[in-house]
Parts: sequence; structure tokens; C-alpha cells
Amino acid sequence: MWSRQRGRLKPLCCGVEELRCRRREREAALRKARREQQLVSKRLLRDEALEEAEEGCVAMIFGEAEIQQFLRLAQRGTEEKERERALVSLRRGLQRPEMQQTFIRLEGSIRTLVGLLTSNQALLQLEAARCLHELSHSEQSAVVEACLPATSYLLTYLSGHSSDFIELCLYTLGNLIVESEAVRRQLLPQGIVPALAACIQSPHLTVLEALGYALSQLLQAKEAPEKIIPSVLGSTLPQHMLQLLQPGPKLNLGVAVEFAWCLHYIICSQVNNALLITQGALSTLGLLLLDLAGAVQRTEDAGLELLACPVLRCLSNLLTEAAAEAVGGQLQLRDERVVAALFILLQFLLQKQPSLLPEGLWLLNNLTANSPSFCTSLLSLDLIEPLLHLLSVSNVVLTVLCNVAEKGPAYCQRLWPGPLLSSLLDTLAFSDTEVVGQSLELLQLLFLYQPGAAQAFLQQSGLQALQRHEEVAQLQDRVHALQQTALHG
Amino acid sequence: MQLPPALHARLAGAPGSAEPLPVERDPAARTAPFRFAPRPVRFPREHDFFEEGDVQRHLYLQDVLTQVGGAPERPRVPEFTCQVAGCCQVFDALEDYEHHYHTLHRNVCSFCKRAFPSGHLLDTHILEWHDSLFQILAERQDMYQCLVEGCTEKFRTSRDRKEHLVMRHLYPADFRFDKPRKSRGPVMPGAAEQVLAEAPGDDGVPSEVDAMEVCSEHVEPPPAPAGERRAYSHREMNSCPSAALAQLPRIWPERYHLPSVLVRVPHEDLKGPRREISTSNGGSSAALWRCCRAFPPRRRGPRTLARAALHVAGL
Repeated sequence: MWSRQRGRLKPLCCGVEELRCRRREREAALRKARREQQLVSKRLLRDEALEEAEEGCVAMIFGEAEIQQFLRLAQRGTEEKERERALVSLRRGLQRPEMQQTFIRLEGSIRTLVGLLTSNQALLQLEAARCLHELSHSEQSAVVEACLPATSYLLTYLSGHSSDFIELCLYTLGNLIVESEAVRRQLLPQGIVPALAACIQSPHLTVLEALGYALSQLLQAKEAPEKIIPSVLGSTLPQHMLQLLQPGPKLNLGVAVEFAWCLHYIICSQVNNALLITQGALSTLGLLLLDLAGAVQRTEDAGLELLACPVLRCLSNLLTEAAAEAVGGQLQLRDERVVAALFILLQFLLQKQPSLLPEGLWLLNNLTANSPSFCTSLLSLDLIEPLLHLLSVSNVVLTVLCNVAEKGPAYCQRLWPGPLLSSLLDTLAFSDTEVVGQSLELLQLLFLYQPGAAQAFLQQSGLQALQRHEEVAQLQDRVHALQQTALHG
Repeated sequence: MQLPPALHARLAGAPGSAEPLPVERDPAARTAPFRFAPRPVRFPREHDFFEEGDVQRHLYLQDVLTQVGGAPERPRVPEFTCQVAGCCQVFDALEDYEHHYHTLHRNVCSFCKRAFPSGHLLDTHILEWHDSLFQILAERQDMYQCLVEGCTEKFRTSRDRKEHLVMRHLYPADFRFDKPRKSRGPVMPGAAEQVLAEAPGDDGVPSEVDAMEVCSEHVEPPPAPAGERRAYSHREMNSCPSAALAQLPRIWPERYHLPSVLVRVPHEDLKGPRREISTSNGGSSAALWRCCRAFPPRRRGPRTLARAALHVAGL
């Protein structure tokens, strides 16, 4: 499991309340960005241990002259340590936006930095890479785009062997990628996809997580479905991704989260999901779902919902593919443990992240829609009552119940008697037309397939419940039809 | 939400499921006004349905400040020296050593001792430099492979390859991996790190190599006006370096590529380092790596110290 570290650079005077307030603000900003299709986030890598070891010069602000001095020393210093120190000071300074601006405006600064990046002095390389990384994280496009001359080198280094360095290059590339289409238009012909495909074979978890991050940024781009995903699908990346998502002792949560999101971006773009299915995506994701359900029972680990979300999405979307009907996919997914796992996850989400419940229910709908097998599992595992518990969350619950009921009398029989009727009477009291409409559909199926249902409905003042909606345009016809059926059979 | 107790056991149990109940639909079920039909639903990328999860994902991305090899994984160890013959670099952290090793010693050509950033480039180098069969074949067919992984294009000459890298793959025209710049002169655009002013007052013929040149010994002769260019570079050599270099960006036109004036310099020759003079705007030409490094990667050998002394003296 990966761990979250709060940066030491955050002000310590923040109380819990203030942190919560900030988080709410950030959430609001992200929501707004999402609605405008401008969701962009970057990752910043800072070595806290390193910074602790260095004497603080955080407070100092450097001007042009100091920056030039650092660059000169880094380049021409005779003492190894002196050169490193100069670069370190530069790097610390570059954590500040004003310094970043000053730096990029200095003639030749980037060029020098690239020169240091490509030098044979290992520690200078690392520090130069850290400087670039700080720049890549900036919110100012001018600063980020100043890093462009370095991209061909960063890509070349991905096929090197030094894991720390590669990790840094990858996070830097990930930040650059997300900056603008112009950046991606340069990176694609420079061979970023084959470079990533080669790098994904690294055994280092930190490298893999960084690679997943960079790839997810690439796949999230607006132009990805046309310009990026086809070449990703054509590479060996999908096979490796699926391998890294295989449950088992080697599964690393941080890595899995990144690649699950990568898969989600590919799948929801609907470029060639059939290919992914032939590569075993459905079965891998199904097994991963089972594994996740096991994990949520065992541990209190923060962050499992971050993996659950993309897995649920991928499975749901893949199930809509025609190819999923084929032998390979569906057979594996007839396993009723999938339904068990899903409910365990729903319970987990109810506690941890209720806003993600609709996604879980979406999967349940897609599982049960055309599958007598899964509908039967729902019944035989006694899951109707827990399902009813979620009625207030989403009317997809009603849709799922309809999925079960529409399969005929054998199914409706198992839905009856039970809490279903009283739940339906409750939903009829809602004013939401969607919800009521679904309830009416379900009622009709029950009346049709289950003798005694109409009777029981009448006895529990069902007619009065229906009356409320007699005048509603979308509901009228169905209300009347049901009233007729209830009264006259 | 209470789950049936048997559920957890079921999850841990064997795969499989009960026989599905028989499906028996009545056509009356879907007659108007009722319209329910079971349907798997798919959501496209931009759908609002994904808003919640996406926001959570991004909060995670923004929230986490991860550690580069967190403190417990980065123990300081007692100082030790790199064990590679001839290398005296000292380390007190394993990760630093790992990076050093991979940078300097891992992908090293056993023929000429040059280090490369990756195995791929090393392989290409060995092929183009040290394989005589390559030279023979190159006379008849396209042998110079594009350097971008995944691109299968091959070229007749390294110049053509470079052209391809610039035009097709948007590589900078001066793509190169440098040797450390023990250079004099101020921090000038491109100049400082690209001038290998290893020894002052050097009167060896300067040797520039085309950018992205994997091999310096088999480069085709520079295009005309070679003589003129050579004169230029030679002149640069002899005049005061910093002032001359400061002029460079303005002298050379944007995409001017200096020719590859090849000088074969024996390894240990102090006097014959390569000089590379460049413009600031990517119009320079330089080796992909120091193709003819005057000395192997040696940290504290006597020659290095001697040169350092000369530099410090400002010569």
C-alpha cells in the first residue's frame, strides 16, 4: 500500500477546520472545472528527507543575478559539491512562482538546464531533473512550455535504468502532458507511446506508478480518442496494464489505481473495446473486483475507493460491448461471487464514499439487465432487502428490480412477499416523476407475474398512493392502467 | 445496510453459481403504456455521471505529495567508493550510487568506453561504430536506424536520419547527450556546455559532429562549403573563446548545422579534444554524445585534475 504524506511545505498553522474548508473549496473548484471539461491536475514530487537534510534557504528570494550565479556555478564550478549545491539552491528557489518566471525569462537558462540534465554527472542530472520538475508543475503555461526543449531527452531517459531518475522524468512528463495540446503534439511524434511501452516493463513500483500517472494524463486529453488511444491500443501497453491489475500478492495499490484509471479513459472512449476484451480485460477486472471486496473487509486502508471507482466503471462499460456476450467474457462473469463482491463494495462505499454509490448500482444494472444468471444470484444470495435499503440513493435500484421482475413469474415469486411492497408504496409518495415512473413499471410486472400482488397492493391503500399522480402527464396512462388492473384483474 | 452473513463466506468460496431460474416473459409486459426493457447502460467520457468520481480522483492527484524514495527507504550508509575500475566517485546513499552507476557504467561500450543513457542507444552505437559488417552493408542499403523506439525507418546516411528525427519526430536539431561542461566562458546560450574546451590554447583541429550522430568515425564528409566552415571553427578556436562564443547566436543562421569535421583523437590525448561550437537556437550541431571523448569517465585521475587546474587558472 502506498502512503500519503502531507507535505512539510504546507503551513503548519492550519487547523483541521481550515483544512476541511480548503478541501471543500478545492472540491468546488474541481467540480466547476469538470463541468467545463477543464479538469487538469498535476503531481508534485518532493523529497522531504532531502529537504530536511538541506539547510533551509526556502525563505530567500533570488533575483536574476543569483540565478545566473547558480547556473554558472553548476556549469563551471570545479568542485563537485559546489556545483551540486548551486543546483540545489536553484531548485529550492524554483519552488516559488516568481523565481520560475525570472528563470525562464533569462536567456539561455533552459538551455543550460538541459545541458546539465544531459551531462554525465549523475547527481547534477538528478538535480537538473528536479528543477525541470518544479517548472513542469507550475500553473503558468509559459513556465511549463519553457520545458519543451527537454522532452526528447526525458523520453530517451525512460529507457535507462536508474529508477529514481526515471520516476522523476515520468512525473515531469505527466505534468507537461496535461498542460496543453501543443505539448502533446510535440510528445507524440517524439515517440512517447513506444517509450512508455518499453518503460512499463520496469520492475520498480515507483516507476510503474509514475508511468501510470503520465499515461493517465495522456489518455485523459480531449483529443485522446482520435489521436492517442489508437496508438496506445496498438502497442503492448494494454497487455502490460492488465497484467499489473492482476490480483495477487504482487498487486500494488498505488500502481493499480493509476492503471485502472488509464483503462477507464480508454474504455469510456469506446475506440476498440473488443480488443481489450480479447486480451482478457473482463476476466482480469472481474477478479480484481473480487479481490477488492476481500480487501475492504480485511483492512481499514484509505484509498480502496480510488481503485474501486475506475474498476466499477470499466466493468460497467465493457459489459455493454457486444463482444462481452461472446464465450470468453460472459462465462467468467457468470460467477455469482461477482454479485457478492459488488454488494460488499456497495456497503463499503455507503460508509466511505456514498457519492460513488450510483457507479456501483450502474454496474449492478449492467450485470442484471440481460442475465438470468445474475438475477438469480441476486435472489439466491438474499440481496433484495439490502438493495431496497439503497432506494433513497438512486432509482437505479428500481431499474435493477425491474430487470429481475421482467424475467417472469419464477423471479417475481422470489420477490414476494417481503419488504418490496411497502418500499414501493414509499416510493410512490415521492414527487420525482422518474422514480414514480419506475415504480409503476415494477408494479405492472408484479401484477402480471405474481398472483396476489394486486390484491395485497389494494389492501395496503395502494390506490390512494396512485391517485396522487393521476394528473401528471408522464404518469397518467400508466397510473390508470394500473388502477384498472388492480381493480379488475 | 445489513448484508446476509453468508455473503462473505460466499465471496471466499468457489466460483460458480446456482442454476438460473427459467425465464418466461408475457408479451403483455411491454405493451403500452408500459415500456420498461432491461438495458445495459454505457456512459461516454464527458458524461456528467462521472463527475463525482473524477473529482475524487483529482483530489487524490493534488493531495498527495509523495516522497522520492521516502526517508526510511533512503538510509545513509557509510561512504563507499564506486567499484568500477578507474572510477573514484564516493557515495553515502545507495540511490545516488544507483543513478551514478546507471548513468556512467551501465551502458558502456566495451570497445571505446563511452557511456550511453540507454541500452538501446548503446546497441545502436556498437552497430554503427564497431561493426565492420555494418559499414559494408551501409554502402548498399539503408542501415541507419531511426533512434526513436518504435520507429522502424532506416536511412542511407546518418545525416538523413537526423533530418528524419528533426522533421518527423520533432527532435531538437542539436539533440545530444553531453559531457560535463568543464568549460570556460560565461553562461551563454548553448555555448558553455557545448564547447569542450578541455585544454586551453588547443590548436587541434576542431571536430564538430552532426547532431544525433551516434558515431563520429563514420560520418560522411561535411557538405560544402566545408572548407569555409572549418575555417570558421578553426578561427573560433584561436580567438578568445568567450567573446567569440558570445557572438555565435548572431553569426549563425537559425538552422545552420555545423558539419562534422571528424578528427580522430586517441583516447588519452590531452591535446585533441572535440570542440563544439553552437548557436543558441538549436542550430548547432553536436554529437549525440561525446563521440570522441578525450578521456574515459574518470573522476579524479591526474589528467582531470590537471585540466581542472588549467581551467581554474582561466586559461
